[in-house]
Amino acid sequence: MEYFAQQAINAIQLGSIYALIALGYSLVYGVLSMINFAHGDVFMVGAFACLVLVSFVPLPFFVALLAVMAITALLGALIERAAYRPLRQAPRVSAIITALGCGLVIQNTTLSLSPYPRQMPRLFESVPFEVAGVTMNTLQVLIIGISAVFMLTLDFIIRKTSWGIALRAASCDRGAVVLMGVPVNRVISLTFAVGGALGGAAGVLYSQAYPVIGASMGVIIGWKAFVAAVIGGIGNVRGAVLGGFILGAVEVTTVVMMPSTWRDLIAYSLLLVILIFKPHGLLGKPVQQKV
Amino acid sequence: MRLLRESAAAINACRWAMPAFCVALMIVAVAHEQCGLFNGYVEFVLITAGINIILCTSLNLVNGYMGEFSVGHAGFMAVGAYAAGLLAVKILPGVTPVWAFPLVVVFGGLIAAAIGFLLALLSFKTRGDYLAIITLAFLMIVKSALENIPFTGGPRGLLGIERLTTLPQTVAWVIVTLWVIRNLVYSKFGRAITAIREDELAAGAMGVRTREAKILAFVVSSFFGGVAGSLFAHQLQFISPATFDIVKSTDILVMVYIGGIASLGGSVLGAVLVTILAQVLQPLGTWRAVVMPLTLVFLMLFRPRGLFGLREFAWFLPGREWLRRRKDKSP
Amino acid sequence: MKFSTILASSLAVLALAGCGKKSADSSAVRIGLNVELTGELPAVGASSRNAVQLHVDQINAAGGITLGGKKVPIELVVGDNGAKADQAAATAQRLLSQENVLVMIGPNASSCAIPASEIAESLKTPMISPWSTNPKTTVNATTGKSKDYVLRGCFTDLFQAGVLAKFTLNDLKSKRAAVLFDVSSEAPNGQANLYRETFVKLGGTITAFETYTTGDRDFSAQLTKIKASNPEVVFLPVYYGDVALITQQARQLGITAQFVGSDAWSSPEIIKLGGAALEGAYFCNHYSTEIATPAAKKFMADYEAKFGQAPDDVAALSYDSVGFAIKAIEAAGVTDRQAVRAALASIPSYEGVTGVMRFTPGSGDPVKSAVILQIKGGKFVWVANAAP
Repeated sequence: MEYFAQQAINAIQLGSIYALIALGYSLVYGVLSMINFAHGDVFMVGAFACLVLVSFVPLPFFVALLAVMAITALLGALIERAAYRPLRQAPRVSAIITALGCGLVIQNTTLSLSPYPRQMPRLFESVPFEVAGVTMNTLQVLIIGISAVFMLTLDFIIRKTSWGIALRAASCDRGAVVLMGVPVNRVISLTFAVGGALGGAAGVLYSQAYPVIGASMGVIIGWKAFVAAVIGGIGNVRGAVLGGFILGAVEVTTVVMMPSTWRDLIAYSLLLVILIFKPHGLLGKPVQQKV
Repeated sequence: MRLLRESAAAINACRWAMPAFCVALMIVAVAHEQCGLFNGYVEFVLITAGINIILCTSLNLVNGYMGEFSVGHAGFMAVGAYAAGLLAVKILPGVTPVWAFPLVVVFGGLIAAAIGFLLALLSFKTRGDYLAIITLAFLMIVKSALENIPFTGGPRGLLGIERLTTLPQTVAWVIVTLWVIRNLVYSKFGRAITAIREDELAAGAMGVRTREAKILAFVVSSFFGGVAGSLFAHQLQFISPATFDIVKSTDILVMVYIGGIASLGGSVLGAVLVTILAQVLQPLGTWRAVVMPLTLVFLMLFRPRGLFGLREFAWFLPGREWLRRRKDKSP
Repeated sequence: MKFSTILASSLAVLALAGCGKKSADSSAVRIGLNVELTGELPAVGASSRNAVQLHVDQINAAGGITLGGKKVPIELVVGDNGAKADQAAATAQRLLSQENVLVMIGPNASSCAIPASEIAESLKTPMISPWSTNPKTTVNATTGKSKDYVLRGCFTDLFQAGVLAKFTLNDLKSKRAAVLFDVSSEAPNGQANLYRETFVKLGGTITAFETYTTGDRDFSAQLTKIKASNPEVVFLPVYYGDVALITQQARQLGITAQFVGSDAWSSPEIIKLGGAALEGAYFCNHYSTEIATPAAKKFMADYEAKFGQAPDDVAALSYDSVGFAIKAIEAAGVTDRQAVRAALASIPSYEGVTGVMRFTPGSGDPVKSAVILQIKGGKFVWVANAAP
């Protein structure tokens, strides 16, 4: 029994991180119908930014987290301004390819500047403790807790604040929103900034849990979080969270029951099955096409 | 300069330029095979360029002409590579004779085409981003399946493939690929494929057989993807699932979009350009991998459809098209 | 549009012509180096390249190799295989076909060395891998015969597995061992399987045999299973980047067993990345700075003076491998690959900084001893020797 509880905690921790990154994908897709393939690399930059910051100035954990989130928010908005905004009128595929290209540029620049994997210093002491026979540590609690706080805050913002309403309106009909006097460009930049901030936060949390960071850590995690966003219904904020936890659970369960080389096979087959039966994801709504 | 332009115009006007060029290429390739015109490294680069042309053109069929966004092409390449590799290493005894090699390549292509058929069936229900995700899932599933089946050598790869890909074989397959795809694109089915790209519902309403067109596009694209994979396996003599991951698919996508979508000449140009740049930029070391995507991003900002997007070299056009354009151009 | 066609094709032709011009400069002896400069194991590649460069510079400072009465300088051609098997194969093709090297040193990682060795074998060029311990590098897996052109500078995993199994049973007095390894990489895979075979044959029990794939970061599922199986020793034949993560996660989960590793641990980076969880762990290595011979001490001093850190085993083995190659080239007297191969076979033993490399005819594997080291106080400390 403890064994399953232990694995459940692992699944929730992994799922929280996937969910944070998936949120970035969903937010951007909702507002621009565009898959931001550079997002996984923003996650990686978050981890490296944290490393660089704390190696110059010893910061407490929460200050470092907020500083990194500010940096990655800026990065997200910058990528949007430089690479995506000029392509708003171009075919969507070009924007996607540009996103891929941006991601590769970021990843390989980091690789050229830091070819060796680096160790992330512990920003706070993780104390193991036992609850009902299950060994947990405070780091896991922190990761799950912070992720939960971010997700709830985002949900609240989307539902209740005027920016959230503007975001949802822009997802529905961008042209009409402009006519209503909403500064669409600002809303979009803000969306990318929020997505980037969440990705950066995920980067910091992930690098605390797995303290060896390298320039290619964003690639696989980025694609997996993208899968999570799609499972939940891309464009849907709650769907991204749901998808993240489902993917985390599937991955941990697979590794428990069979050799870890099967993990990707099972996860992607599950994705395929879900898409065949619910082509718009679990929480997604079918989009009507006008002919 | 004017002489150059005039001679270019003269070549363009001559209908026999393309076949003559193909024959010349084959002669050079066979001559190299017999007398060793180029050193081993140049031969390696030329064969790689040829394989990339086949990959690029076959992906262009689905991504460019049909307007989908398939990221799974490395999966077809993997299937073809492993099918051909396993046939040569584990099933056929001893050394494969040279005349049997094209059959091995075709076998690789056929297996890949069968998988492509399955993907085509899936594409009936979904389009756009969801199809992209399905192709991604397919790629990961193929890679993961290859890692887990002990018969394929698992994650550590398949060793002991003979060096059977030669320059004449590659040139022959490049010519076959371009010829088949060109004929497909300018045929009735090719028009159907382009109609799907423009507006699938309207095409269906007009009586275009969209399902058959989709099946044909995917099957032909995956067949040639598999062919490229077989040639690749027999060039490198070693394949592992790690080679055929999303990065490889991205590389092929980059070639397609640099060269230009829905253009055969664009595919050739994109493939050759990227192959040569990859070699020429080697002194840059890891910064090479920054320069290439940066070039792509700048290209997308200024020419979103690629260098030769939606346009075509006159040499690739079939007879009636060529005559039609000449007639349109002349006063 | 037509003009750009001409432009593009002329660019292509020029580039190809440029590529073709780089043929062999026959006045220098060209040695190729195929190492892991980028990717998962950059410390391994850097060590290897530094050591080989050091040796080549030392020879060139004295004028070069003596060939047929004249002194000829050595030109080192370096290729990066990014610790990836296909890139290793491509780099081998480039070094052997275009750069026309006489001998290829490397790759070090077995997953790279094995495909590169196939290419060296088919292109009939001598290849010496300094650090690859997997048996398949020098032995053709399908026919079981030794490859003609491929040698290595170190012991093989067969020997290493025996050493580690005996150490676990006799010195650590532990009969219950769990294993966690990277199933998608050759060296860890080979080492894990051979360790299991030998350990069980000598009377031990393997309580858990868990796997992960290259690039995995989270081992909690596997480690939870290992913890439940209650082992005394956890054997981790994996590369240095992964060791750091695995040991930290294991300690956090409450696993108190003794960690034992293979020669894949040997880079000093492991201490930088690993931290407190690695304290007290044992691993097998090719040489130790503490039991160095005078020749080894001189090498260590030279290396430290030039590169600012003590050389690890990859550096020492690379130094020896290129030294052996240079001795064979001198004995051959001509820059011909077949002659060098014959010369390599005719030299019975080579005394290097890692000990004596003695080859038996018909085998590319030298008979060498191993050492057991322990990580104590952030340093590698010598514990024992193990002779074959």
